[in-house]
Formats: sequence, C-alpha cells, structure tokens
Amino acid sequence: MAMEPYDTFEYDVLVVGAGGAGLRAVIAAREAGCSVGVVCKSLLGKAHTVMAEGGVAAALSNMRNPDGGSEGDSWKTHFADTLKGGAYLNNWRTVEIFAKEAPERVLELEQYGAVFDRTPEGLIAQRPFGGHKYRRLNHVGDRTGLELIRTMQDKAVGVGMNIHMEVTLTRLLMDGDRVIGAFGYYRETGRFVIFKAKAVVLATGGWGRMYMYTSNSWEGTGDGLMMGYEAGAELLDMEMIQFHPTGMIWPPGMRGILVTEGVRGEGGFLKNSKGERFMFTPEYTPERYKGQFAETPEEGMKWLDDKKANRRPPELLPRDEVARAIYKEILAGRGTEHGGVYLDVSHRGADYIKRKLPSMYEQFHELGDIDITKQPMEVFPTIHYTMGGIKTEPETCSTTVKGLFAAGEVAAGLHGANRLGGNSLSDIIVFGKRAGEGAAQFALNHSHGTLDAAQLDDEIDLLLSPLESTRGENPYTVHTELQETMQKNAMIARTEEGLKEALAKVLELQERAVHLKVEGDRCYNPGWHAARDVRFMLKASEIIVRCALDRKESRGAQWRLDYPDKDDAYWGKHNLIASDNGGEVKVEPRRLPEMPEELKQVLAEQG
Amino acid sequence: METITLSVFRGDAAGGVFQTYEVPVTPGMVILDAIHYIQKNLDTTVACRWNCKAAKCGSCSAEVNGKPRLMCKTRVEDLKEDAKKAPIRVMPMRAFPIIKDLVTDVSWNYRTASKIPPLVPKADAAGKPFVMQQVDVDRVQEFRKCIECFLCQDVCHVIREHDRKDAFFGPRQMVRIAALEMHPIDDLNRREQLDAEGGIGMCNITKCCTEVCPEHIHITDNAIIPLKERVADTYFDPLRGLLTKLGVMKRDAIKQPFESVESNLTKIVQPTPTAMK
Ligand code: SF4
Ligand code: SF4
Ligand code: FES
Repeated sequence: MAMEPYDTFEYDVLVVGAGGAGLRAVIAAREAGCSVGVVCKSLLGKAHTVMAEGGVAAALSNMRNPDGGSEGDSWKTHFADTLKGGAYLNNWRTVEIFAKEAPERVLELEQYGAVFDRTPEGLIAQRPFGGHKYRRLNHVGDRTGLELIRTMQDKAVGVGMNIHMEVTLTRLLMDGDRVIGAFGYYRETGRFVIFKAKAVVLATGGWGRMYMYTSNSWEGTGDGLMMGYEAGAELLDMEMIQFHPTGMIWPPGMRGILVTEGVRGEGGFLKNSKGERFMFTPEYTPERYKGQFAETPEEGMKWLDDKKANRRPPELLPRDEVARAIYKEILAGRGTEHGGVYLDVSHRGADYIKRKLPSMYEQFHELGDIDITKQPMEVFPTIHYTMGGIKTEPETCSTTVKGLFAAGEVAAGLHGANRLGGNSLSDIIVFGKRAGEGAAQFALNHSHGTLDAAQLDDEIDLLLSPLESTRGENPYTVHTELQETMQKNAMIARTEEGLKEALAKVLELQERAVHLKVEGDRCYNPGWHAARDVRFMLKASEIIVRCALDRKESRGAQWRLDYPDKDDAYWGKHNLIASDNGGEVKVEPRRLPEMPEELKQVLAEQG
Repeated sequence: METITLSVFRGDAAGGVFQTYEVPVTPGMVILDAIHYIQKNLDTTVACRWNCKAAKCGSCSAEVNGKPRLMCKTRVEDLKEDAKKAPIRVMPMRAFPIIKDLVTDVSWNYRTASKIPPLVPKADAAGKPFVMQQVDVDRVQEFRKCIECFLCQDVCHVIREHDRKDAFFGPRQMVRIAALEMHPIDDLNRREQLDAEGGIGMCNITKCCTEVCPEHIHITDNAIIPLKERVADTYFDPLRGLLTKLGVMKRDAIKQPFESVESNLTKIVQPTPTAMK
C-alpha cells in the first residue's frame, strides 16, 4: 500500500449507491445531522430506479372511479397482498412496516417536488397492477422511476452531500467485527480511494448480469452484495430471482428491454402462435387466486370498461405465474418464430395507447421500428429483480454485521419468494429512509474505527494482477460462459441435474478466473473493470445455485421441475440463509419468525 | 455476414485518433450494440458510458456522424446508406472536456444543478397532500421527462462555440427551472436567478437544443420563451411594477423572494487528476 497513492475521505455515514434507496438514505441521514458521502458507479441519477415504469404501490385510496376504485384499500390489504404475492416467505414485520409507511413516503415525495398524474379531484392517480387487489400504483405515465430518482436527487442535493461519481468500491474496511469504511477505485483514473465512515449503508441494487437475458445494466454485478457477504453479513432467499414475464426477445437489438406490466394493466393480451389468449387456460391460475380473475376473454374485455362489475383478466396474475405460463406455452411448441409469445395491445386503439403508454409507444417505434398500436410485441421472461439479498433487521435495516446497513434491492425480507410490481419503488423510499436513520443513529453513538491498512494488500493485488500478468483469460470470455450456464441451468425452470451442472461449471470458472489478463492501463478501462466484476458474479452465482439446489420445492420464483409442488409443512416455514464460512459457502435453512396473532387475524380478514 | 464500419474516436484530453472497426450487423442493432461488440471482441479498452440501453437514463450521449445522439437510440439500419460512402463516425460530445474515448467530463452540469433550489411548497400546501388538476401539471410533466443526457447542452452554441459555462446554465437547467417556476405549488420566485447567474439572456432562441432532445421536450417554445417573458415582465414592465407595489397584482407578491442557496452544501467531488498508467 505504501507504494500506491490514494485519496481518503471521512464521513459520519457513507452511502454506497445512488439509486432511490441510496438517495433516500442520504436525505434521512442528513436530516438526522450527519455528514454524508455517497458513492455511485455511474453518474448521478442514472441508477436502475429510472427503469421502473408502472408506479409506486401505496394504499392511498385516492380513486373514486365508478368502474372500480381504490376505496376500501388500506395498509392491511397491501400487507396481505404482499405476503400472498411472496408466497408467505416474507418477513412479516418488514411487510407490516412497509405497508403502513408507504403512503406517507409517497406523499412526502410530492412535497419534495414529484409531480404524479392526477385524479379528477386533483389527487395522485392510481392504476391497477398484478397481485394488487385495489388500484394502488401511484404513477407518472410510464416513467415513475425517473420521477422518483430525479425528485430525490434534487432533494438530496438540496440537503447537502458529497457525491463521488464513477467510483467502484470493492471491499468493506473492518475494525475487528465492525465495518468502518470502504475501499475502491476511481473509474476515470484508476486511482485508489478509501472512505472512512462511522456507518455504511449498502444501497447497491440487484444483480442479474450473470444471466444472458437480463434487464440489468453493466452495474448489476452483485459487488455490493458480495462486499457485504465477505464482511460477514448473512444473505437471505438467494434462490429467489424474479423473471419479468415480458422482456423483448426480437429484434435482437432490443433483447432484454422490458415491456411494462402497465401494457397488460391497460388491456394488453398475451397470445401464443395459434392466436389464443393462453392465460385463460384454467391450470395457469393457481389455487390461491381461483375465483378472483376473469374466466373468459369476454369477461376480461368487459373489465376494461367496468372494473367493478367484472374480474380482471389473468394476464394480471403475479409475475412468477405469468412467466411460468409463457415458458410452458413455448415448451409446448406454441411459441413464436423467435422463441417467445405475443403481447398485443393494438386493440386499444392508437389514441388511447399514445396517451396511456407514451414512452412504450415511442421506445418501440424509435428503437425497433415496431408500431405497438398496430402490431404485437414478441416477449420472453427476462431476469429482472432479485428478491434475495442481505438479511436486514426491519426496524433500522441493520445487517448481521456491526455498522453495516442495507436497503432496497440489495436487501432481502420484504418480497419473499416473489415481488409484486410497484412494491420495489415503495420499498426504496420506506427502507431507504429507515436505513439512513438507522445508520445515522449508529454514527452518532460511535466514533471512527481504527484502520489497519494491511487488510488492503490482498484487494490491491487482486485488482492489479490482471494488468500485470502476462497470461490469463479474458474476463469477457469467462463472463459469457457464466451467462450461458446460468441461463441454461439456473433460470426459470430448475432441476437437480441442471443445477449441479451449473455448480460444477461455476466452480470451474472460479478456478479459471484466478488468472485473468486485460489490456491497457487503469484509465477508464472497461476490460479492467470487468475483471473485478466477474469475480463478484462468480461467487454470487455459486450462492444462487447452492440455494436453488437446497430448496426442494416450487414456490414463487423458485420452480423445480423435479419438485413441482409447494411444501408448506417444511419449506413454507423456512428461509435459506447463506454465509461465508472461512471461504466456503454455508447454506442453512432457518425458521421464519412467527407472526403475531393480530396480524394472522388481519390475514384471515383479508382472505 | 453483413458488416458495417465504424470510425471511433480513441484518445484523451491530450489528443487522439479515429480508429476503424468492422462490426457484424444484427437486426435492430443500435450504435451502442456496435460499441459493445468492439469492447467484447476487438478491443476491451474502448471507453463509453451506458446504463439502460433503452433511452431512459441519458448516459450514452455521443456524436454520431456529427449529430448529438443517444447511442442506444441510434439505429444502424438508418445509417446504412451513409455508411456506404464513409465509415460511421462516433465521437464524444464536443462541448465537454474529454476524459477518454467517448467519455466526457459532464460534472459542470451537476455543479450548476446544485445551485437550483428544489421545490418549496406554499405555506398552505406544506405537509398536506397536494390538490392539483392534471391540466395544470401537464406542462410541468413535459419538462420532468428530461433524462439529463446533456445533448441540448452539447449543441447549444453559447456552450459549444463560446464556452460560456461561466455565464449560462444552459437549456437543460432552463427546463429544470421552468418545471419549478410553472409548478402550481412552488413558492419561490426564481426569476432573479434566471436573469442573473442563470444567464437566460444569453439564449437567442436558435432552437438547436429542441431539435436534439431525445425526449422531444419543446425546450425553446415551452420552457425558455415563457421564462424569458416572465423575466421581462418582472424587470421591465413598469405598469406591472406599479400594480405590484400598490398590491393590485398579487402573483409575485405571494411568491417568496429567492434566497440564494448555499451551493457549497453539496459538493461534486472530482477525482484527483493523476492518471494511473
Ligand atoms: S435556443 Fe437558446 S438554449 Fe437552445 S440552443 Fe439556442 S441559444 Fe442555446
Ligand atoms: S432537455 Fe432533452 S436534451 Fe436536454 S438533457 Fe433533458 S432530455 Fe436531454
Ligand atoms: S444507455 Fe441509457 S440512454 Fe442510452
């Protein structure tokens, strides 16, 4: 280290990641009186939050529509819907806090400057969405995520912070068993940088880049997750990865780009190659949703005009159900020429589509030369969201490591086995705030730790070796092989055989990745960055596969062809916990915390 | 297999060259796909920014055949005819200092943004759900579509030709201020800032910014011109000044005067400028 020049910064609270959760944590920690530094891998305001389209779920009960409003909605219904959507693997306390606090957090955004679509009464407009019993998604056309991030970005800049853009962190700094900062490099110059902090909030988002079809950007490599893991944090539900049912599959230039659920919410049909609306096949609606969805296309059509008297079409079932149905159709040979199914909203008419789904319309028109007012889209399930992640305690978002907090997609517990659309945006504002407050409280009660710089030697070697070595593999090659095996064996439909094959391959790739070689220098060199990223992805992939192997049942996003049924007696009561055991991955089942009687009562009332 | 030739700027602040690469064409391909192909297969050191690949984040701004564009929204198909004559030129935005290859230093935009205070709700609306009609927020929502690609900043001659970053916030920030100024519940009078450090007078309505905006925001017609009118009204309309004094005109009177924010609250920390070779 002595030879390596580096910069040092000191803050009360260091927030890693500047998406919605990170920025909300910044605001909260500042308001609690702390100095705050925030680090992001990209420019400010470019995080994944911008991709969220449909809306932010919160039971504001603003809709007075005669055709089905949201009167009667309450935190209790949102609580019950979220647990049901998550196949009851969620942490009950996390969900309770979430459902109760989401409305207040949404209204607060308005005070910060967010401009939501309005109802005729001038309140925030809400739209229906899969898995939500009432119209509950507060939205801005189909760019709600952009509105959220820009609002919090402006607010956070207003309350004051130090922003470190385009910095990649690769290791948390420890003083004994406590996290006291983080270490990484500037992407621009390659210079190393140390952040000392009394408390650290991880808000680094999800990880999907180990799969081939993913809506994740280059950032989704799981470095935040793995830094937490390597510091000793327990991970939860790592096998639970959400497939967005409708990612584009054709043309290839658009592969992975998502088609918002809003398209189905506004009446879009899913059709197979025979032109059938296959979601009406009775077996695609699972028992717990029976009777709540339209049973014929005719009824589904009527719902569009009268939402009160009719049930919604099964295209609006939760994401995991829709994704599985699409997969089964394709398996049965009823897929499109490019291996997907059709999503068609053209019957709603050009005017309606352009008004309700403006950015969808534009995106398809400009990027793919597809006019969605006239022709269908071709879609396939795409990796979209990671329900699992760092285990947090619901009240303060503290992890199992002292001084380390986590919020947003990198944290786990809220969504259980499957996330409902719209819940991610309320997740980041509810728990972003709590994590910021939790970290601030910790920081106010602790002083800075003592840094022994010797702990950085390994990390520096790891970072520099691909530049210095004379032989070794290209990180892109290793990454591509990882994507192939994860896509083939650890995707939507899983078997013991496939998972074992994936595990063997991942372990082999880990071996090969010990020796990587890249060209060029440390200045803005994507090849060099990829070398560190791929190591994080390889470890995260190993954990995903091991957890998927151990959960011998099908629940939510975990679909095992060799264990097609739910096992409520055992697996319905257990989460899988992964932790680092001297370099080995340790996976163990742990019993879910017991829900108190009054909440069981709430569930029973909500049906 | 059909291929296309790209001529990509390679270099840094000290200078650079155009390097040509031959890339296979796939259906629906955009320029960003071509750059990714190069990174993965031909040269892993080519630097560019991107995040969403869906024209939603505004990271991948560059100049393609001389036009400021989002690389993820520029279809190779549309450039095929041009490509028959000469390779497609891809270069970084010209109005900002080059860091490396297609990556430029856009931190100035963030520094100016930090001088603009966020929404300050009127006293009677603070802490309560806002009641606003859709027609009254349509315009504001148009401005809030901005993805901060900074292409409008890149093309504006005040910044590009004359480098007056010291005197003009640029069209992006005009859009931002317009969204606040036209917000039915914002209580700050932002006109003084617009006129003084914002430098709205520097804009001579050439509309170049509007032409390049990937979100099709009517920057000039809907944001800048109405803002110019408001500024002119406030400072140069003697009748209005008199009526306001007499208390007949209330609109401005109820808006809080602008208090310059402590722009040192937020700091955009720049990396120490030592390149690690
Ligand atoms: S209209 Fe004004 S802001 Fe836009 S490019 Fe021309 S001078 Fe610049
Ligand atoms: S106004 Fe348009 S061109 Fe300018 S930064 Fe925003 S989106 Fe880009
Ligand atoms: S990559 Fe997001 S706008 Fe191009």
